[in-house]
Amino acid sequence: MKEKLVTAIADMNEDEAFGLVQAMLDGGEDPQLILNAASEAMSIVGQRFDEKEYYLPELIIAGEMMQTIGDLVKPKLRSEAAKSLKQGKVLIGTVAGDIHDIGKDVVSFMLDVNGFEVHDLGVDVPPETFVTKIQEVSPDIVGMSGFLTLGFDQMKRTVDAIREAGLRDQVKIMIGGAIMDEQAAEYAGADAYGRDAAAAVKLAKGWTA
Amino acid sequence: MTEKSPEELYNERQARVLAAARCQQPDRIPVFGPFQKYPYQFGGITFKQAMNDYALAREACHKFLDYFQPDVDFGPIFAYPAKAMETIGWKAFKWPGHGLSDDVMYQYIDGEYMTADEYDEFVYDPSGFMFGKWAPRQFTALQGFAQLPPWRRFMWTGWMNIGAIAGPEMQETFSQLTKFAGEINEWWGHQVQYWGELKEKGYPLAFAAWDWPPFDIIGDTLRGTRNVLADMRRRPSKLHDALEVATKIFIEYGSGAEGAPLPFTWTWVHKSTREFMSDAQFKEFYWPYLRKGLMALIDKGIIPVIYWEADFESRLEHIADIPAGKIIYHLSNTNFERAWDVLGGQVCLMGNVPNVMLLGGTPDDVKAYCKRIIDYTKGKPGLIMDAAVMLDEAKPENLKAMFDFTREYGVYR
Repeated sequence: MKEKLVTAIADMNEDEAFGLVQAMLDGGEDPQLILNAASEAMSIVGQRFDEKEYYLPELIIAGEMMQTIGDLVKPKLRSEAAKSLKQGKVLIGTVAGDIHDIGKDVVSFMLDVNGFEVHDLGVDVPPETFVTKIQEVSPDIVGMSGFLTLGFDQMKRTVDAIREAGLRDQVKIMIGGAIMDEQAAEYAGADAYGRDAAAAVKLAKGWTA
Repeated sequence: MTEKSPEELYNERQARVLAAARCQQPDRIPVFGPFQKYPYQFGGITFKQAMNDYALAREACHKFLDYFQPDVDFGPIFAYPAKAMETIGWKAFKWPGHGLSDDVMYQYIDGEYMTADEYDEFVYDPSGFMFGKWAPRQFTALQGFAQLPPWRRFMWTGWMNIGAIAGPEMQETFSQLTKFAGEINEWWGHQVQYWGELKEKGYPLAFAAWDWPPFDIIGDTLRGTRNVLADMRRRPSKLHDALEVATKIFIEYGSGAEGAPLPFTWTWVHKSTREFMSDAQFKEFYWPYLRKGLMALIDKGIIPVIYWEADFESRLEHIADIPAGKIIYHLSNTNFERAWDVLGGQVCLMGNVPNVMLLGGTPDDVKAYCKRIIDYTKGKPGLIMDAAVMLDEAKPENLKAMFDFTREYGVYR
């Protein structure tokens, strides 16, 4: 049944997947096993996204399936689920003045399924908040998303604030967003620009290997 | 040499832009664009000021116009009326002074304004849905509309069922709407005044109508991004039915440009890059409806201007399926050379000087970029120079370089 569940989730068969989860729970199956199956399916989804078989619509459905399955399973968990070994910590947010979030959410999702511990600050995040959170969370990587042209200067201000707080050497910084490019990364003082979520994962893995 | 009259300049600029749009040879490459927030930065005012003081916004646009001299101009149309939006209570928007700081661009709040089980209702009677359900969801001042029966029930004695108009919600809605109408008329008055001043100076108006692709009408306005993308998988036939309706709305909206001196219908494309959907999804849900709408507008003599946001390189061959010399494609991040290889000489291409270069680069960087793309066209017409993305911030010397260099180097011989 576990394999069937992995396939149903990875193939976007929502009704079948939820039916299987309920059947497994009703049959007394270990809830952790169900969560592990869901995680395995998410990795397949991530792989298909990398291979350009799946795109954002499939990531959205996968994310919503994960949430529904989590809601079904979590009440049955007796103790806190063991946290799998994380590759590294990433702090991510859309810069101040900008409330676009879809790209950032895709990157967060992909980093999470690829084994990173993701702290998502949301949107319209001022430089000071990035700094405070870096001090609190000690991430390996900071990701900044920006869709508007105001993002160029906001990213620069954020990197400057990180530097002034004496934290620049502790983090690698990547930027992304529809209008961003390598020149924007250089202007902002970031370490790299990632064109899409797959590039963000590649950068993150390279920096934490 | 005597100076040209405003009428001569107007005719010259119009002829230049129309020729380029049709991929016929003008005297030189036109330069213009939807310079969104930048004219106000250039004019020394914040965007909040521009959105609240319409005379100040006009003044800033004139300063911009007089200095840069774009071939055609938009004026203060992008400085939306803050007071009117406050009055009508637009919930799906944030703007300077209303959720955002004073000098940033306004932003739309993506959300679900039509649920999945309301597709049938929308398809059956789009106006009824928009009036009775969508409008109260989007605007705090329009809650009264939810009280009224759909207008389609007004036949015979159905019109007797409008007692709710006497109720407090509808009375409040009428009161706010009346106030809103006064405020929006004030704003339009300033726009119309600018258009007259523009013509007196010898410049054509850059737009005649605005439009939204059928998929984005459903996605942006109704379902929200996440939902409409998932709908392609979860309920494709419902989405197709709604897209047929949205295509008719697209044609209706865009037809406003018919008969205008510069018959440009500007359409921003939001959701169709590979970051949002696969090639197969684009070919099934996005392009066929947009193309059908564009062909209807083209048949009316309208020149659609399609602002293909982000990187469109993977879609170029698809969108080449359009009649030659009838449309302008604006390129944001798409590689110019690739776009010209596929579309050059068939579709007028507009853009795509990078915004980060206009802000953080030098005049020499900008000139080199303009030279690169002009040289690549090898003197073949069908190019309009513009920034890659609607311009909010820039260094004036960089934008001036884009204008001056193109005017000099972009002369057709």
